[in-house]
Amino acid sequence: MKQLLAVVWLALLALATPAAAQTFPPLTGRVVDQAHLLSPAQIADLTSKSEALEAQSGRQFVVATINNLEGYPIEDYAYRLGRAWKIGSAKNNDGVVLVVAPNERKVSIATGYGAGGFMTDAMSGIIIREAILPHFKQNPPDYGGGIIAGADAVIKQMSLPPDQALKNVTAAEQAQKQRQHSGGNPLPVIFWGLVIGFVVLSHFRRGSGRRYRQRQGGISPWVVLWGLNELSRSSRGWGSGGSSWGGGSGWSGSGGGFGGFSGGGGSFGGGGASGSW
Amino acid sequence: MTAIRRLGLLAPLAAFSLAGCGLNSVPTAEEQVNAAWGNLQADYQRRADLVPNLVNTVKGYAQQERTVLTQVTEARAKATSIQLNAGDLDDPAKVQAFQNAQTQLSGSLGRLLATFEAYPDLKSNQNFLALQDQLEGTENRINASRRDYNEAVRSYNTRIRTFPDAIGAKVFYGSKPKVPFEAAAAAQQAPTVNFGNAS
Repeated sequence: MKQLLAVVWLALLALATPAAAQTFPPLTGRVVDQAHLLSPAQIADLTSKSEALEAQSGRQFVVATINNLEGYPIEDYAYRLGRAWKIGSAKNNDGVVLVVAPNERKVSIATGYGAGGFMTDAMSGIIIREAILPHFKQNPPDYGGGIIAGADAVIKQMSLPPDQALKNVTAAEQAQKQRQHSGGNPLPVIFWGLVIGFVVLSHFRRGSGRRYRQRQGGISPWVVLWGLNELSRSSRGWGSGGSSWGGGSGWSGSGGGFGGFSGGGGSFGGGGASGSW
Repeated sequence: MTAIRRLGLLAPLAAFSLAGCGLNSVPTAEEQVNAAWGNLQADYQRRADLVPNLVNTVKGYAQQERTVLTQVTEARAKATSIQLNAGDLDDPAKVQAFQNAQTQLSGSLGRLLATFEAYPDLKSNQNFLALQDQLEGTENRINASRRDYNEAVRSYNTRIRTFPDAIGAKVFYGSKPKVPFEAAAAAQQAPTVNFGNAS
C-alpha cells in the first residue's frame, strides 16, 4: 500500500515538473555572461553603459549569453527570462533584454510590455540584422563586437525619444504618487479599527446611553461585514504596494556602481525580434 | 435586541466563512481570466491588422503567389468576423470556432511566408523585413498571451471545482469551467518563420 502511494506521488511529481523544468541563470548583474563570450573589459563597458542608461532614462537593459536554451525557441526563452528576472520598472514594464545563445546560433531582443513604443519589433529586427549578425557571421565569429554593437544600438534607441524630459517628469510624478499612495493606505485600516472599536464599546456601555437605545442597538452586522472585507482588501493592497516599491528602487538606487543589481518588477509579453546565423 | 447584537459579534465569523467559500476569490479568478483573454484578443487583433500591409507589400513582388495571397486575405476576413466575448469563454463550441479561424489564418500566413524563399529581392526589401519582424513578434505575443490565458483558466477551473471555493462558486455564481486554448500544430509552426534572417 505504501509502495503504491509512493508510486502515485512520484507520478504526480513527474506530471508537475515539466511546468517548472525551465531553469534560468541567476541575475548576477547587468551582463550575465553564462556562455563566456565577453572579455572582462567588455562586460565592464556594457555594465557602465547600462547603468548610465538607467540613471538617465529609468529604463533597464540587460545582456545575457545562454549556454543552453533547453529546447525552447529563443523568442520564447527570451521573454520568459525577462519575466523571471523582472527587468524594467513595474510601472512602465519598459525593460529590454538581449539574449545570445551561441550553441543554438540564435540571438533575440525581448521587449517589455511597455517597451514596444520605443523598441518596436521592427526596430529590434533591424538592430539584430544590421548591428549584431554581421559580427556573428564573421569567421571566427566576433561575439563580443556583435553584442557591444547591438547593445549600443539598443541603448541609443532606448534613450533617444524626444519626449525624454516629459518621461522623467512623469516618472518623478509617479514616484511621488506612489509615496502618497503608500502614505494614504493605513487610513482605511484606522477607520475600520475605529468602527469595530465602537461596536465593542457600545456593547460594554449597553444601557447607559439612551440615544442608542432608540436606534435598536449599535451597528448593523452588514456594516461590520463590509468593513472586514474592506480591511482584507486594503491589506492585500499593501502587499502589491510593496512590490511596486521594488520598481521604484530599481530606477533610483541604480546610480551607485556597487551593490547588487535587480530587476525592477517589469513584465514581458513576447514582443521583440529574433535572428539566427 | 440582544439577539441582534449577538449577531453583530458573529459577523466577523460569518465574513471569514463566506470569504472561505470563494465569495471573493471566485470573481477575482474570473476577472483574471477575462483580463488574460483581453490581452490575447488584442494580440490576435494586432496580427489581423498587420495582414493587409503584408499582402500589399508582397503583391508587387510575388504575383505568382496570388492563390496563397487570396487564401490569406480570406482567412483574415473569416478570423475577424468571428468574435468571441468574455462571456462565451465557457462555451466550448464558440471557443473552438474562434480558435479554428485563428489557426487557419496562422496556417495560411505560414504558407505565404514560406513561399518567399524564392524571391530574393523581396527578402532584401526593408519594408518587408520590418513587416516580417512585426509578424513574428506578434505571433510570439500571441503564444505568450495564450499561455497566460490558459494558466488563468486552469487556476479558475481548479478553484471552482475544489473545496471550499466550489461551494461559493456553485451557490452564488453558478460558475462553469472556462475553455482553454490549445495550441494547434499549424499555429505552433507559424511563429518559426525566421528564414529571412537565416543565411
